[in-house]
Amino acid sequence: MDISVTLRGQTHDLALKNPVLTASGTFGNGIEFASYGNLSRLGGIVVKGLSLKPKAGNPCPRIVETTAGMLNAIGLQNDGVEIFCREKLPALPWRDVAVIANIYAASTAEFAELAARLDAEQGVAALEVNISCPNIARSGVLFGQDPAQAAAVTRAVRTAAPTKHIMVKLSPNVTDIALIAHAVEDAGADSISCINTVLGMAVDLGARKPALANVLGGLSGPAVKPVALRCVWQVARAVGIPVVGMGGIVCAQDALEFILAGAYAVQVGTGNFIRPDCAFALADELPDACNRFGITDLEELRASLRLD
Amino acid sequence: MQAKTACARDKRLTLRLTLRPAGFILRAMHQPFLDSLRVLELTPYGGQRSFFALRLSRPSWTAWTPGQFLMLRPASFGLELPLARPFGICDASARQVMCFFQVLGRGTQRMAALRPGDEVSVWGPLGRGFAVEQNAPTLLLAGGMGIAPFVGYANAHPEPEKLRLLFGHREALDCYPVDALTGRIRFESAHERAPEDRDKFIHSARERMRDCAARNGLALACGPLPFLRAVQSFAHELRMRTQLSLENRMACGTGACLGCVAQSVDKTPVCTCREGPVFQADNILL
Repeated sequence: MDISVTLRGQTHDLALKNPVLTASGTFGNGIEFASYGNLSRLGGIVVKGLSLKPKAGNPCPRIVETTAGMLNAIGLQNDGVEIFCREKLPALPWRDVAVIANIYAASTAEFAELAARLDAEQGVAALEVNISCPNIARSGVLFGQDPAQAAAVTRAVRTAAPTKHIMVKLSPNVTDIALIAHAVEDAGADSISCINTVLGMAVDLGARKPALANVLGGLSGPAVKPVALRCVWQVARAVGIPVVGMGGIVCAQDALEFILAGAYAVQVGTGNFIRPDCAFALADELPDACNRFGITDLEELRASLRLD
Repeated sequence: MQAKTACARDKRLTLRLTLRPAGFILRAMHQPFLDSLRVLELTPYGGQRSFFALRLSRPSWTAWTPGQFLMLRPASFGLELPLARPFGICDASARQVMCFFQVLGRGTQRMAALRPGDEVSVWGPLGRGFAVEQNAPTLLLAGGMGIAPFVGYANAHPEPEKLRLLFGHREALDCYPVDALTGRIRFESAHERAPEDRDKFIHSARERMRDCAARNGLALACGPLPFLRAVQSFAHELRMRTQLSLENRMACGTGACLGCVAQSVDKTPVCTCREGPVFQADNILL
């Protein structure tokens, strides 16, 4: 069964050998997982979020397990785009698997500079734009919570990286996710990925302290799957560009549920922590899982949810 | 439903791993492996049923360094507890691997209910272990659960008569896996019953370090953070070659989640899982 998929964008398509990608921040730069599976078997690798300059991240504790999930407040620690381009990217099998650079910045201008730098890299197949971050120039309002800001970032990245497929990653922490999806589509996004983590909190009753040094963190894992499915469903109905779904996907059946709700592809995030071969195994099992559910091809399944 | 699917997948995976060609295990030493292992035995230590040695069957790997660790995730965690737990390797052979744990939270509570035959996802050996210097007098300093890696260290060391261990502990001695150590190396323990006992133990640690440093020896420490800080300050004062094994929360064990970062002396973030858990005492900020 052919499970390859093409994300047909407004400017650039992104061809994937299968619809299973790894989610940013849960798979390092890919190489960290090379002992647990063949990276080339994946549909794509979305690398840890990159910023223009190296970033130290938040104090520890940065992660805490919660029921069926985890909270993280890593604070986007990374070595910066230059080290990525020079040292990490060449180590990835980018000719065989789509490498997608997740980018993060504190201003529209910085987003553009970062995008331009990565546009020059042959090994980068697409950019995933993390808009769930504060705009320092606009008193810290999150780009992804304001349709105008989300559109401005998308436009800036689209212009700065004219040769790349631009995927915009949406936050679920908004009143109307379809509104933001519309805004980034109109601004030139080729595809949308959702969801980023759900804002959450955990406390230590005995110590009367927050479980994370940052107090607040992003919830991920199976606990957020219903929220993610809802968002994918709402976004897929609202826009014409492809949607990549993520949030609590740990097995092939989960992935197929997201495709049923309208996703073209999926990303595996916290699942990579449950077992480091999770994404590899999921990609391998997808054809068998399709057979089990009588699915003859993924396109026929996509957005075929019966509402009657 | 989801848990069932995940379990079914794990079973298929076990089969795949079992059928793996023999050549696969001949990869570079210390390459980590992902295995689905079976519980051989869960042995309680002491009378409280809160300290256990967990023996798991036949890991795919044989090469490891004492001080390295494994990520363990019993199938019984289901999806409710998604994260694996890191445990130092207490001892390992081609036939079995042993870890030691204390029941502290939800994960270890569930681990205390494991039975022979239960399945555990295991990946490792991970991280960097302790130095083994055949000819150097080596002082092992253990606080509480920090005793675990020194069991394997004493077994793996080519000249165990060169080793001396000082062990500080709060619970009764029979709560800890010292049975394998006492006959093999010079062993000294200090039971902390009152706060002043801790001061005495720290004082003894400094004295033993001074003696060992005078013979150009090596000190290795594993235990709670305040204890490691004390050892680090003595190492600095005595200019002694010292390694410290850190503990930190982590999700992946592979350097991807960045949940376990510590800081090196030049303020560079380092992953406890990948650059550690064993660090040179003069190169890490505690």
